Amino acid sequence: MIEIRNLSKTFISGGLAVDALHDVNIRIEKGSIFGIIGQSGAGKSTLVRCINMLERPTSGDVYVDGQNLGNLSAAGLRAARRQIAMIFQQFNLLMQRDCLGNVCFPMELAGLPKARAVKKAKELLALVDLPDKAEAYPAQLSGGQKQRVAIARALATDPKVLLCDEATSALDPGTTLQILRLIRDINETLGITVVVITHQMSVVEEICDSVAILDGGRVVEQGPASVVLASPRSDAGKRLVFPGFTDRRVSLSDRDRRLRIIFRESSATSLPLVATMAREKGIIATVLEANTRRLSGDVYGTTLIGLQEADLYEAAKFLTSFENVSVEEVTDDVS
Amino acid sequence: MFHNVFTQEQIEAAVLCLKTEIPFAIWETVYITVLATLLACVIGLPLGVLLVAGEKDGVRPLPANVLHLLNGFINLLRSVPFLILMIMVFPLSRLLIGTAVGTKATIVPLVVAAFPYVARLVEGDLRELDPNIIEAAQSMGASPWQIVSKVMVPECVPSLLNSFTIALTTILGYSAMSGIIGGGGLGKIAINYGYYRYQYLIMYAAVILLVILVQIFQSAGTKMAAKADKRLR
Repeated sequence: MIEIRNLSKTFISGGLAVDALHDVNIRIEKGSIFGIIGQSGAGKSTLVRCINMLERPTSGDVYVDGQNLGNLSAAGLRAARRQIAMIFQQFNLLMQRDCLGNVCFPMELAGLPKARAVKKAKELLALVDLPDKAEAYPAQLSGGQKQRVAIARALATDPKVLLCDEATSALDPGTTLQILRLIRDINETLGITVVVITHQMSVVEEICDSVAILDGGRVVEQGPASVVLASPRSDAGKRLVFPGFTDRRVSLSDRDRRLRIIFRESSATSLPLVATMAREKGIIATVLEANTRRLSGDVYGTTLIGLQEADLYEAAKFLTSFENVSVEEVTDDVS
Repeated sequence: MFHNVFTQEQIEAAVLCLKTEIPFAIWETVYITVLATLLACVIGLPLGVLLVAGEKDGVRPLPANVLHLLNGFINLLRSVPFLILMIMVFPLSRLLIGTAVGTKATIVPLVVAAFPYVARLVEGDLRELDPNIIEAAQSMGASPWQIVSKVMVPECVPSLLNSFTIALTTILGYSAMSGIIGGGGLGKIAINYGYYRYQYLIMYAAVILLVILVQIFQSAGTKMAAKADKRLR
């Protein structure tokens, strides 16, 4: 559906070249919700702007529905953009138009007759649960309501793709959840492919099927969300999944080693692994950190344990004998 | 200066003038000011839009030298003192109106003086617009013309109305100077009676009326701008 091939973007500022994106390759399946996560400055916003050519890539190609957007004429690109809707962190509604006028706006641009546009706009406002706000102006709405209007506006031209640029970053946690559910409903009922740009782990956990981790303009990891988020391999991934990089803060004596146990699916998370290991193998481990998360309907969990160096191999062998359990040694320097 | 202002004779002359000449002078001032402002806005608004939209990062970039030329032209007109400009545009007034003097003819120098000013005001207003809103419109496939006509200008209406009000009051001030080239209005009365004939009472009356006009225009403009602004509700 969306294919990003060898995409690089270099900004020239003050005579200096800044590599915002470097050789990015991403494939996004039709109908999926794809998360692009990374810290501030990782290049997420630049990447999403390359998908609809608001930002022209320095090199590389973007294909949406088989169409190479870089080769289109100005008019062709404008037509293609109607298929690629976008919502923003700051909503970017027209402040001098009421909600109905805002939702009608993209249809007006496309030259739809007014009566049809108004009818459709009313349906869309009902879809986002704001049927009574047609005549309200954006200034009269809360943040969550504004984002709903923005979503209705984005859906006005029946797009195939919805790009969400930090769409929930300005909202409180409760409202964030509501907006994410709305986006997921839209994805399920209308079959729209959704690309979510965020720095919030909770957003990816809540709705994404697949995820790419962006760090310093490069994709350092990508794959199904349940795999990437359960056991991130890259440093950037670990920083995001284990906020605060707990590994570095835990202090143990020099001779102790640490293992991270990763469970997938509820059958594994319900096992009393550490206790079983103590009883059956006589290996005593300290639990340094543990958590379980729900991810796109699935449960996964991690436990960080500390144990003696002599037991390390035996423990790893024992733990991996269970289904859906994997381990990795955490070797970052203990401070 | 004041010893002969309030004599019986002076007061009678002033009352006579107030009854006979001033009503028409008010009308002339209002009509010249409003007409000149309208024309200045008609020319200045598109120029202001061009200055912003035509920039390197604007929605419809213009060739750099075209933009330089436009900027230079506006700066040039803005730097000529109005008193001199009135005389410099004589040929243009003759071409457009058929004469260089008189009330109608003063509209030409007023417009020439005011449209570059309006263009700069409009430029400032449009630059205040959140660039993210323009980006959002681009992401929806808006053409440059649609962005100008459906986003930039409509979103800036309240500040544009404020700017047009400022232009109106400035032109009102300039119009008072046009008495020099035979333009009518309150300015002419103030100069003719006050400056040439030492009838200060009439001069003060004309000035007070000008002040009142500015107040009326300004508060009406501010009210309109506030009413048009949907962000304030």
